[in-house]
Amino acid sequence: MALSPEEVNHVAMLARLALSEDEKTAFAEQLSLILDYVERLNELDTGEVEPLIHILPVFNVLRPDEALPGSSQEEILSNAPLVEDGQYKVPRII
Amino acid sequence: MSKEFETVIGLEVHAELKTESKIFCSCSTAFGAEPNSQVCPFCAGFPGALPVLNEKVLELAIRTGIALNCEIPEYCKFDRKNYFYPDLPAAYQISQFDQPVCKNGYLEIDLDGEIKRIRINRAHMEEDAGKLVHQGDITTTPFSLVDLNRCGIGLLEIVSEPDMRSAREARAYLEKLRSILLFAGVSDCKMQEGSLRCDANISVRPAGQEELGTRTEIKNLNSFRSLERAIEYEARRHVEAIEDGEELLQETRTWDEEKQLTRSMRSKEEADDYRYFPDPDLPPLRISRERIEEIRRQMPELPDAAQERLVETYGLPHYDAAILTTTPDYLEFFDRVIKIYPDAKVVSNWMMSELNKYLNQSNLEISDCLLKPEKLAEMLQLIDDGTISGKMAKTVFAEMFNSGKSAPEVVKEKGMVQISDEKALSAIIESIVNGNPKVVEDYRNGKEKAFGFFVGQVMKATRGQANPAVVNKLLKEKLK
Repeated sequence: MALSPEEVNHVAMLARLALSEDEKTAFAEQLSLILDYVERLNELDTGEVEPLIHILPVFNVLRPDEALPGSSQEEILSNAPLVEDGQYKVPRII
Repeated sequence: MSKEFETVIGLEVHAELKTESKIFCSCSTAFGAEPNSQVCPFCAGFPGALPVLNEKVLELAIRTGIALNCEIPEYCKFDRKNYFYPDLPAAYQISQFDQPVCKNGYLEIDLDGEIKRIRINRAHMEEDAGKLVHQGDITTTPFSLVDLNRCGIGLLEIVSEPDMRSAREARAYLEKLRSILLFAGVSDCKMQEGSLRCDANISVRPAGQEELGTRTEIKNLNSFRSLERAIEYEARRHVEAIEDGEELLQETRTWDEEKQLTRSMRSKEEADDYRYFPDPDLPPLRISRERIEEIRRQMPELPDAAQERLVETYGLPHYDAAILTTTPDYLEFFDRVIKIYPDAKVVSNWMMSELNKYLNQSNLEISDCLLKPEKLAEMLQLIDDGTISGKMAKTVFAEMFNSGKSAPEVVKEKGMVQISDEKALSAIIESIVNGNPKVVEDYRNGKEKAFGFFVGQVMKATRGQANPAVVNKLLKEKLK
């Protein structure tokens, strides 16, 4: 299943990736191979099989509504490239 | 709005759930804390940190489902909604996609006595995003600041069907939904603080046409008024575009409160691809019928039931009952006054006129107001026993509202006691009548208006403290 250049552009846009023309060609080919591989699953007859939502037969994992201290402001911001007034500083996005 | 067009409106409402801790981690949800002080590795989107659902969030979601007449499926799950934005550190929002906790409900709005049912498509649980603060002018600043305190607070997104046909109906729906959520104890619903947020989907179509027109989504509606105005503006814009033969784009727009117009934010063509998939970190939920019944049994009184109670028990008009049941605090105030002072219509009148007037003027919630229900009851008793007149009571009320003092205290301080003593009033009336023989004659010759002159003079002489009923009675006798 060959991926069209438009599809590659669309996926790249959603992932906020700037790709060169060469990269686009290369990824189109690689992504197509991956899709073909996954496509093999469709060869199986799954008509009688329940869709799998979760790997483990576990339900209703809940915790009580209790507020506990988290990280400090300093800790939480320690990896941020830019900080101002106790906040992450990011390029303006509208 | 041109008559040949019909506006079609659906609302998406986000209600912040009233919990102590966030939906998937134990960080506090308290409003107004230092930025980024209620954050942990999970809600800051650090790799490897895992979510665990807050049981209270599920309970409040089920409660909402019951209050909104929804089906609550036995099974639901969480999905990831993928998009990039700086207020969403994980680059996905945990939400519910195809199997929400509540679906197919409705609520009823009252349009001047006509009841209209607005269907609710679904309500689902999800996490809130962080807060972006733009530095200076949003169009020129190079930077934004991110506060993640709000990120991960539990939300319920409630999606209506496109069943509303005017700004007024949309407002009535939002007001009713707010009342229900407040009574159900699900959310604080403070639009100013953002704990209740509303987006509107709007389209117009020629009257009689089945097919829906091109839809736009309006964001940033922070008050009932902006909801109404934005819908009116947007519907007009659509009609004008159609009439001018222009093409309408399906897009997201923002309401500009200052300029009173909507502006394009982004086109839906590219953006609307969230690549939802089940969140592998959260096991699905099974909600037993017993659990739903248990929550149903503990449900507080809801607005419709409360309204009916006021009409049935106290014979109040529906109009009064609807206003008294706007919020649980307002209803509680009424219920507390009525325990001491049983004339419901009098209580309702005072609450809808004076109390509302002062609450609006001072921008106070009824729960924060100094005037307590028991004190209002006491004041009403003072009117009944003739200590103060209805007119004096308005002055007393204002003072009670501002200071929290009791009516007897205010009356005493201001020397406002009403004069009902017939002997004292007779003497005053006597001298006024004797001093105005001409007017007396006019009155006796059939000039009814002259009576008012005497009442006015008595009031003036007593600085408004004469009991009007007694004055009327004595004057009539005297002038016979």
